[in-house]
Amino acid sequence: MNWLILAGVFWAAAFITNIVLANSRWSHTTLVRLTIPVLFGVTILVIWEALVHAFGISAAILPAPSDVGATFMNSTDMLWEDFRQTVLKGALRGYVIGAVAALVTAVLIDRSPFLTQGLLPIGNFVAALPIVGVAPILVSWFGFDWHSKAAVVVIMVFFPILVNTVQGLREADAMQRDLMKTYASSYMQTLIKLRFPAALPFVFNGLKIAATLALIGAIVAEYFGSPTRGMGFRISTGVGSLSIDLVWAEIAVAAMAGTAFYGVVAWIEKKVTYWHPSQRG
Amino acid sequence: MTKTLPAVLAVLFGLVVIWFLAVAPMNIRVALDVADRAGETVVPVKSLDRRDTSVWVLMANNAAFVADGYNLKRPRLPTPTQVGQELWKSTGAMVLKGRTWSKRSLIFHGWVTLRSTLWGFFLGTTTGILLAVAIVYSRAAEMSLMPWAVISQAVPIVALAPMIIVLSSQIGVEGRGFPKAVISAYLCFFPVLVGMVKGLRSPTSEQLDLLKTYSSSGMQGFLKLHVPASIPYLFTSLKVGIAAALVGAIVGELPTGAISGLGARILIGDQFGTPLAIWSALFAAAILAGALVTLLDRTQAIVLRKMGMRA
Repeated sequence: MNWLILAGVFWAAAFITNIVLANSRWSHTTLVRLTIPVLFGVTILVIWEALVHAFGISAAILPAPSDVGATFMNSTDMLWEDFRQTVLKGALRGYVIGAVAALVTAVLIDRSPFLTQGLLPIGNFVAALPIVGVAPILVSWFGFDWHSKAAVVVIMVFFPILVNTVQGLREADAMQRDLMKTYASSYMQTLIKLRFPAALPFVFNGLKIAATLALIGAIVAEYFGSPTRGMGFRISTGVGSLSIDLVWAEIAVAAMAGTAFYGVVAWIEKKVTYWHPSQRG
Repeated sequence: MTKTLPAVLAVLFGLVVIWFLAVAPMNIRVALDVADRAGETVVPVKSLDRRDTSVWVLMANNAAFVADGYNLKRPRLPTPTQVGQELWKSTGAMVLKGRTWSKRSLIFHGWVTLRSTLWGFFLGTTTGILLAVAIVYSRAAEMSLMPWAVISQAVPIVALAPMIIVLSSQIGVEGRGFPKAVISAYLCFFPVLVGMVKGLRSPTSEQLDLLKTYSSSGMQGFLKLHVPASIPYLFTSLKVGIAAALVGAIVGELPTGAISGLGARILIGDQFGTPLAIWSALFAAAILAGALVTLLDRTQAIVLRKMGMRA
């Protein structure tokens, strides 16, 4: 019971603090902007911890955050190995290959308006499909190691990036193109100095969507067969052997990796497309 | 529409041609193994030697067996016609035989997936709209929720899927529908949230001022200005949301050992080594996604026309 009261008090205090902070005159400072969401997240953890203790929930069902934290600290070696297998080898390599392939394809297609017209609707449609389903096929084609995971990621990230890039390459308006023509610039010069920079906000939109997809692809592919390491492997065997705290530790790693991946792409976007209205706010 | 259609068809045709051509090199090894077992002579004779030979050399040396690759029972890459036949066998042909709801019918499995998708879509859309209203009307909610909403999408949901299933079965929710719907909702709420926040904030300051001169209350302003203004944004994000919900339902079936649903068909096809089942389930999922998005697109056109927004 004490746990419930504690959680209730903490929740009320955090709730009031956040409202006061958000309406205070410091609400635009970086410190407050960080404090409010962090406090929100900590409150959820506190309530979770309290519920687990108050109702005596078995660790085989839902371990308390403190237990997950302890497991995390005790198995950093294993978590690092899984991280390397799934994120660095599978997801990241697939992401880079897929992104480069999509960018090159977009530039090539862009030369033919007919192809562009035909491919945009198809690409948009394919980008909305549950492509993760091809995972078992690719695992049987490329074997159990990271190659098949990277292949799944390549297919998943290809279409969102392709569609966004093709759309972005049409962004430079007629006036700007005419200006480049009066400078007697070649196709390549126009592409590199005008059209590609103008497409960058769209490209990054695709890259950000793809960043969240990449990890999903790499983890799902591991459910269909993997060497005895990797985050998806550990999660599926962890559920089977009831080491749920380890599963949650892997989820924490996946969450951090996903957020960091997205954060890095968003950070690069901010540095590269600083001139775009959406970044100047 | 009339201008893009020929282009789309041409590109589709090109893709099918590439697919057909790819079947030969993809399947030559399997075709040769089958021929070898049937007692035919293939070059090289030993299967171990064949493994070290490139597919192009194999095709050149065994030109007679290349065609066999197009008619295998368990191909590495089935031909488009094989996939089409399998699709028809497990949908239309089942209906004709009056076994629409048999366990082998993709209509049955599609319906199972569709049900979770629609529940997840409903849950996710409701959550998204409610959160969007909270975010638009409360600064505290915006500052605490928005960063987490973004982070939630960067967290790979598939990692959480097994835990959601363990938890919901412990809470006492029977059946696999509920966890799948939760996973769908998780993927679906974000586009709706983002779209609705944009939509609810889309009225211009002139429009807001006009309402003030009418001395309208906050509620009236919400119902008569903000909500109608957000409808086009809502439909755009609903189309993204329903596709995401379908992805969620299928992902929810993949790692959990489900026995019915399109994701389960993929899983079972993988375990029993029947690639045709995987391919036909994939195409059924694609058709379902297309149908759902088109349905919403039509609804959007009708609703917006009734509201007098687009001629």
